[in-house]
Amino acid sequence: MDTLHLLAGGLANALTLEHLLYAAVGVLLGTAIGVLPGIGPAMAVALLLPVTYAFEPTGAFIMFAGIYFGAMFGGSTTSILLNTPGESASVMAAIEGNPMAKQGRGAQALATAAIGHFIGGMVGVLGLVLLAPLVASVAVDIGAPDYFAIMVLAFVAVTGVLGASRVRGFAALALGLTIGLVGLDPISGQPRLTFGVPQLADGIDVVIVAVGLFAVGEALWVAAHLRRAPQEVIPVGRPWLGREDLKRTWKPWLRGPFIGFTFGAIPAGGAEMSTFMAYVTERRLSRHPERFGKGAIEGVAGPESAASASSAGTLATMLTLGLPTTAIAAVMLAAFQQFGIQPGPLLFTREPELVWTLIASLFVGLVLLLVLNLPLAPAWAKLLRIPRPYLYAGILFFACVGAYAVSGQPVDLLVLLVIGAVGFLMRRYGLPVLPAIIGVILGGDAELQLRRALQIADGDVTTLVSTPLSITVYTIVVLLFLVPPVARLVRRRRADQEPERVDAGV
Amino acid sequence: MTITDDRPAGHGAGGPEPTPTGRRAWLRAHSELGVSALLAAVGVLVVVDTLAESGAGTGSDPIGPRPVALVLGAALLLLAVLLTIDILRGGHGEAEGGEDVDLDTPMDLRTVGMLAGVLVATAVLIPLAGWPIAGTVLFAGATYALGSRAFPRDLVIAGAVSLSTWVIFDALLGVDLPGGPLMGVFG
Repeated sequence: MDTLHLLAGGLANALTLEHLLYAAVGVLLGTAIGVLPGIGPAMAVALLLPVTYAFEPTGAFIMFAGIYFGAMFGGSTTSILLNTPGESASVMAAIEGNPMAKQGRGAQALATAAIGHFIGGMVGVLGLVLLAPLVASVAVDIGAPDYFAIMVLAFVAVTGVLGASRVRGFAALALGLTIGLVGLDPISGQPRLTFGVPQLADGIDVVIVAVGLFAVGEALWVAAHLRRAPQEVIPVGRPWLGREDLKRTWKPWLRGPFIGFTFGAIPAGGAEMSTFMAYVTERRLSRHPERFGKGAIEGVAGPESAASASSAGTLATMLTLGLPTTAIAAVMLAAFQQFGIQPGPLLFTREPELVWTLIASLFVGLVLLLVLNLPLAPAWAKLLRIPRPYLYAGILFFACVGAYAVSGQPVDLLVLLVIGAVGFLMRRYGLPVLPAIIGVILGGDAELQLRRALQIADGDVTTLVSTPLSITVYTIVVLLFLVPPVARLVRRRRADQEPERVDAGV
Repeated sequence: MTITDDRPAGHGAGGPEPTPTGRRAWLRAHSELGVSALLAAVGVLVVVDTLAESGAGTGSDPIGPRPVALVLGAALLLLAVLLTIDILRGGHGEAEGGEDVDLDTPMDLRTVGMLAGVLVATAVLIPLAGWPIAGTVLFAGATYALGSRAFPRDLVIAGAVSLSTWVIFDALLGVDLPGGPLMGVFG
């Protein structure tokens, strides 16, 4: 009841002309940047951070929410029309959407994606409305040992579950944690890894790290391997859906969000896992599994609605626990911190207006996304033809604007370049970027919680496993370590028995 | 360079190397060992710096600033060893793909170097010439490095992007970007 009241207040706030404008600008900017090849949602949010410095927090976050949803949708437009997905979340869109486009059904694929994002987002944000206050009210009581345990879980989950190589995942995490260590220790005030350089005493700003790893690292990496032959873009008309298509898509649209929200909310889920699970589910439930891989519209509808719902799930965890489960959430968390706002259970009691306006504007943003993107799709498709030198020069340019705007020091551009070089090496040698950025953002916090817990317990280490929640969480951590090798063993044994069975091949 | 076959025994299991031209080729095929070296170097740096820079804990802060950093340093060293073992056993980090990435071509480090140079030049130019000029150099330099040779057009676009960004950020959004001597005339 109370929730409804707060949401209504938030909606009234979100529907002011100013906030509507922010939402519209966010959706348009997000979609445009998401469509641009080579720019994923995380880079989009990182690059647009400086734009929001001028706004008050509510306006800035309304814009971010629009950018987030817009960029997710924009990413799938690219995969459908280009068949080389930029971010892992739109791999599934490429698998079915691109064959559809090649068969001349690009308009239907885009419409399926757009409506899927709308439905998935709506159901997902509804889930956020219902669950987030509940989680927040429970989480208010959790103490420092629990927080530390949850952060350890986040580190292990994003590192150990995703990605092919765990050694490389943990190497990326360790590098991120090291970057986060630079600066004065927040409790004792003693310098660490500053090498006597005064600029390093405040630590390396998270915005510079995010922009460096995502934007500069990516631009340098693409520059080293730039595709010289232009890619074929499939032309597309105004998106629409026929009756037959609707009959095939409405169930996947409704199934996707439940998968998406769940996997978006837990660490190591994210949009990648969500879309994958939704795809597998649709293929298994389909009466015509042979259509999959050749342009099955169900394979676009399910994953796309799951993708948007997973964004809502990600936001739920980020807002209620202060825990980023994806790279975009990590960058958004950094943005919150820039404004001096700490997401977590207390956010709902301390900043109710901000939170509920943000949630309400998610609904508004989704409506805008659908209304704007269906007619604009042909225009977005034109963005795919942008000459690559301009595109990557532009990314570097705005990366520098962002890094410079943080504190107005030219030295920051050199820091940006060094971190960009690290991002380059990580892409070259298969170190995942997500653990690194999570390490930078959560590392300091995790240490703070650890030391706070030990302060309270007078240095007694057993305090770390003194609560039921922390014990549960550590059990999950141990399981995460044990399950993949065991599963691999089982799969190998099963593969021996039926060798013709091939996995989804992603 | 003398040709010596000093491959570790564990590697031979994967079959003979296609081009056994000695140490150099081996190193090229195993350039990922550089990542191990980087991890080890960072690990040593963290440990040494922690022991040198920060002090022990106090009564109110029992563990102090040191242990977490030391654990991290040790973890980096351990990961360096584990990664080395993985690489020597034939493990490979998979290079990241993308819309504009063509992994079949060899790495074009010249372009990357030029871009890095452009970034450094921008950092130097900002305090001297202001954002509009530094930004123009950055954008035009980057497009040139990336292979565009449309001479007047690139420069015009670069100037337009840079100037409009400066106006939008400095004047409209209130994000402070230095205008430099040139903009002082107008402003």
